[in-house]
Amino acid sequence: MTSTTPSAGSSALAACREEGRAALIGYLPVGFPTLAGSLEAIAAIVEGGVDIVEVGVPYSDPLMDGPVIQRATETALAAGMTVDDVFTAVAASVAAGAPAYVMSYWNLILRRGVDRFAADLAAAGGSGVITPDLIPDEASEWLEAARRHDLDPVFLVAPSSTTERLSVATAACRGFVYAASTMGVTGTRASVGDAAADVVARTRAVTDLPVCVGLGVSNRAQAAEVARYADGVIVGSALVRALDEGGPSAVGRLAAELAAGVREGRG
Amino acid sequence: MTAALGSPGIGRFGDFGGRYVPEALIPALEQLDEVRRKALVDPEFVGELDRLHRTYTGRPSILTEVPRFAEHCAGARVLLKREDLNHTGSHKINNVLGQALLAKRMGKRRVIAETGAGQHGVATATAAALLGLDCVVYMGKVDTERQALNVARMRLLGAEVIAVTNGSQTLKDAVNEALRDWVANVDDTHYVLGTVTGPYPFPEMVRDFHRIIGVEARAQVLDLVGRLPDAVIACVGGGSNAMGIFHRFLDDASVRLVGVEAGGDGVETGRHAARFSGGSRGVLHGAATYVLQDDDGQTIESHSVSAGLDYPSVGPEHAHLFETGRAEYRSATDAEAMEAFRLLSRTEGILPAIESAHALAGAMVLGQELGPDAVLLVSLSGRGDKDVHTAARWFGLLGDDEGGMP
Repeated sequence: MTSTTPSAGSSALAACREEGRAALIGYLPVGFPTLAGSLEAIAAIVEGGVDIVEVGVPYSDPLMDGPVIQRATETALAAGMTVDDVFTAVAASVAAGAPAYVMSYWNLILRRGVDRFAADLAAAGGSGVITPDLIPDEASEWLEAARRHDLDPVFLVAPSSTTERLSVATAACRGFVYAASTMGVTGTRASVGDAAADVVARTRAVTDLPVCVGLGVSNRAQAAEVARYADGVIVGSALVRALDEGGPSAVGRLAAELAAGVREGRG
Repeated sequence: MTAALGSPGIGRFGDFGGRYVPEALIPALEQLDEVRRKALVDPEFVGELDRLHRTYTGRPSILTEVPRFAEHCAGARVLLKREDLNHTGSHKINNVLGQALLAKRMGKRRVIAETGAGQHGVATATAAALLGLDCVVYMGKVDTERQALNVARMRLLGAEVIAVTNGSQTLKDAVNEALRDWVANVDDTHYVLGTVTGPYPFPEMVRDFHRIIGVEARAQVLDLVGRLPDAVIACVGGGSNAMGIFHRFLDDASVRLVGVEAGGDGVETGRHAARFSGGSRGVLHGAATYVLQDDDGQTIESHSVSAGLDYPSVGPEHAHLFETGRAEYRSATDAEAMEAFRLLSRTEGILPAIESAHALAGAMVLGQELGPDAVLLVSLSGRGDKDVHTAARWFGLLGDDEGGMP
């Protein structure tokens, strides 16, 4: 494989590792509650201490998402969000000081044209794409485009993943590996559960890439707990709910809480 | 825009198919593929399914020639494959019994399903009752209202019916919700997907369980007419009855395979479910196929008087047959389908499902094109009992209206 420059996201994860702590990755969907509102919210979570932003692209059929993100993406689509807005949000995140990954269902990328999507994302300063409904087996065109445009392809692993599937997924990832903490869809949960630590350990056995954990983390204590064993803690639904209920200042405050949490993990 | 859909990989029909699902589901899909491959060559499984076909479903389903209806098809001979006479009232039971037996083999105690018109949900609830499995059926709220009778049927059979209130509240949203349930409960749950789409192996497996329709029909037509039909006609929502009846004829080059999609208010109005004239290449619900979508790739909601055809995507093997030209796809509008519904009821005493009435509308057009010497085999995929309310309203037969059908 040709050596490529590490993405900004990859460098941010390495910097966190240097500091001896997990990174905080915050998810927000572009266009919720409005385009301007989502840009303001992204700036607020970066200000609050998010290391990396995961920009969600609202999709009509988000089968990996629970009710909170479903409602937000429905609102964004009804308000006229377009895929073009994603690149605006990525650029805004980078300008605010945080590397950005896009989280997109595959059909939106396919429809724009895989290479064109990658080119537009690279031009906006994005670090890569998280693809919840694309497995490496179906991703040859995307992997080529990602290489061409120096983007990180980030695939998911799950508690159900066999060792063979962990190897397939991690071999195709760059930047980091997204480990789903539980079998299920996005949403806040009372506890993150033991399955997360197990899937992280099994993933580490097959890759040196950072392993970041998503699904179910909503507060400072949970962030601290996951930060003990993961390289990154991904928070989505809780931020979306905070934004919905309290606007940019509330989502910024929650980000600060979570940022404190990831610093307590290995304290 | 013609998008390349990805690499030839597992479970492709040409460019179409594949497994566009969360990684979390891959082990379950691989287990399902392994178990169903073994089952299809296991005499015990094959024998049990055959026994259920004969003693429970009522197979083989008969072939009925309909000469009075054929007068409206320019005199062509019209033969109906009577899947409407199956237990539960449609072809759906063929697939469901197969998958429910597989669920038992995999040690799963719970099955879930999506349903549009309710036929697949009723069939799944039936199989679950028969085999002692827990059953949850997801159904768009709009569909629970227009198919209220089937909701009651499922509940009588012991299934839990969950009305899905997000998105367009129709079949596509029921599929989303079923997939979410499956990801969370995959350890003890099998998703009985109801049509020939979704991630591999579903499109191939569901087709194989329905293939019996075409196997029987081909022999029955040869027996009755002494030759193969000129055309085989079936309605296409997801496309399971069509794949079932088409598959045995794929190598019979002289036989035209005609799928009829729901034209809704007319393809030109944008309110339809005609994926092959109004859609384009895309990915939905785990499969690369044809999809109704906007310029950004957001799914466009479909429209049809028929809940069972009201779906913005179609099985990937149909997409392959479309692009290779082996099958042709047309559409019938709501009005054309309802006219065919009226005609079959009045001329033959058979109330077809509104879905199947689309195939009958297709036969009326093909008869005109092929003339009186043609033999047309039509898949009558379901019966119209569930549609009595919709049809009565369409024809103004409710309330104070004393008039009959026009």
